[in-house]
Amino acid sequence: MEIPRHWRLKQQRYALVGEVCPHCEEKIFPPRDVCPYCGNEAKTQFTFSGRGTVFSFTTLTEAPAGFEQAAPYTVALVKLEEGPVITAQLTDLGDRPVEIGMPVEMVTRKIRAEDEARGVILYGYKFRPVMETPK
Amino acid sequence: MRDVVIAGIGMTPVGEHWEISLRSLAYRAIRAARQDAGGLQPQALYVGNFLAIDSSRQANLACLIADNAGLGGIEAMTVEAADASGAAAFHVGYLAVASGLVDVVLVVGVEKYTDALGPEQESAVAQAMDYDYEVMQGLTLAAQAALVMQRYLYEYRPPREAFAAFPMLAHANAVTNPYAMYRRAVSREAYERAEMIADPLRLFDMAPYADGAAAVVLTTPERARDVTHPLVAVRGSIGAIDTLALHDRPDPLAFEAAYHSVQRACEMAGIRPGEVDLFELDDAFSIYAVLSLEAAGFAERGQGWRLAEQDALGLRGRLPILTMGGSKARGNPLGATGVYQIVEAALQLRGEAGANQVPNARRALVQNLAGPASSAFTHVLERYSG
Ligand SMILES: [Zn+2]
Repeated sequence: MEIPRHWRLKQQRYALVGEVCPHCEEKIFPPRDVCPYCGNEAKTQFTFSGRGTVFSFTTLTEAPAGFEQAAPYTVALVKLEEGPVITAQLTDLGDRPVEIGMPVEMVTRKIRAEDEARGVILYGYKFRPVMETPK
Repeated sequence: MRDVVIAGIGMTPVGEHWEISLRSLAYRAIRAARQDAGGLQPQALYVGNFLAIDSSRQANLACLIADNAGLGGIEAMTVEAADASGAAAFHVGYLAVASGLVDVVLVVGVEKYTDALGPEQESAVAQAMDYDYEVMQGLTLAAQAALVMQRYLYEYRPPREAFAAFPMLAHANAVTNPYAMYRRAVSREAYERAEMIADPLRLFDMAPYADGAAAVVLTTPERARDVTHPLVAVRGSIGAIDTLALHDRPDPLAFEAAYHSVQRACEMAGIRPGEVDLFELDDAFSIYAVLSLEAAGFAERGQGWRLAEQDALGLRGRLPILTMGGSKARGNPLGATGVYQIVEAALQLRGEAGANQVPNARRALVQNLAGPASSAFTHVLERYSG
């Protein structure tokens, strides 16, 4: 199902590849044909750092088709440090309560069981709390 | 542009119509609207529908509906704007008559939500969002509304229970609406006890999806001169969009499409938004009712929930909303909702709303949203007085 579509999106899903507008230098994710800030065409690739903070979040109990096995799961609006906000699941939360403003970082995880019987599993970005590493 | 009036209205009860097909459901509303319009012969049909191409595997729905209704040979097409499809179809119908190209238009909003089940339904409805960047992350429309609500609670700190007033008002008004799905009051305790759908959004913060069809006949005042009931004039009709994806908005609590469509529709009608007797807003989620009140300018940002506390929004308040039960208690037939809102406002302006009548209702503001106001269609309707 939808194989060309998923292939086309793999750079965005695996590596957070968006754009930097060559005219006004705003960072854009997901990629757009026209820069929402200045109205010129945006085509220059830019790879985001994957670091950001939680802007809003919710935990779903009733999942749509393809996500039933993952339920309940937490979806957030994540504000990337370069500016854009994206929708993504949070993962590796453990017992940690989620809060607005919480620092998170991108990881690659399974995002949807498309048709597991045929071995089609989709991977993509999720975000986990930033680990506090001892210095 | 010519004056356009609503000459006929019709609708089916909203509910789970397992036994009725998509085409027959539409026909029931069409038959009622055509009877009400006193035999005016439609020359075009515009259908508002969201899910049929996915859930019912049916494209070119307008052709099927016109064909099934015995309207062979007329112009027919489907207008899709997710859960704002109904108002979008009405807008196209308005344009067709106003332009002078078509004299009599039939608009029907129809949804057969129960043609798909469980997770498949959730997936179908989720297509209102950006598929690649929202749906593929497991987001649903309810979860998207929860993201908005969570942020609203964080920025403005209203008491969590403040949202209860909206479903309670909707249910109170639906008790006396024979077309409503849930004709019973809801208590504050029931609201607070209800299951969590997507934290902080509880069951009663979400209008239940359902089946239904509503129809109107639009024409010119001249063509409607033999109609025996009062006519309702369309004075303003404007659509506007925001970003499709919620995450692309600089301020996801602003509902800018709702704001712009209200401003321009009122400008078109030559009124200020305050000069209306009722506001049929879109309460697909209780947070969206609050944000719609704020976007239309009836409350300051972050203060919309206070209007319900002040009892301003009841049938005898200064700004009645959800007068027939809204989507919360009438039921939310998605692509048909916008036409239900128009039919309900028309009943008010004709003085035919029975126990739900807003006293001396002369002018109504009616607004239908797609998702979190990704699209907004706003209409100003007025009792026609020649
Ligand atoms: Zn730019």
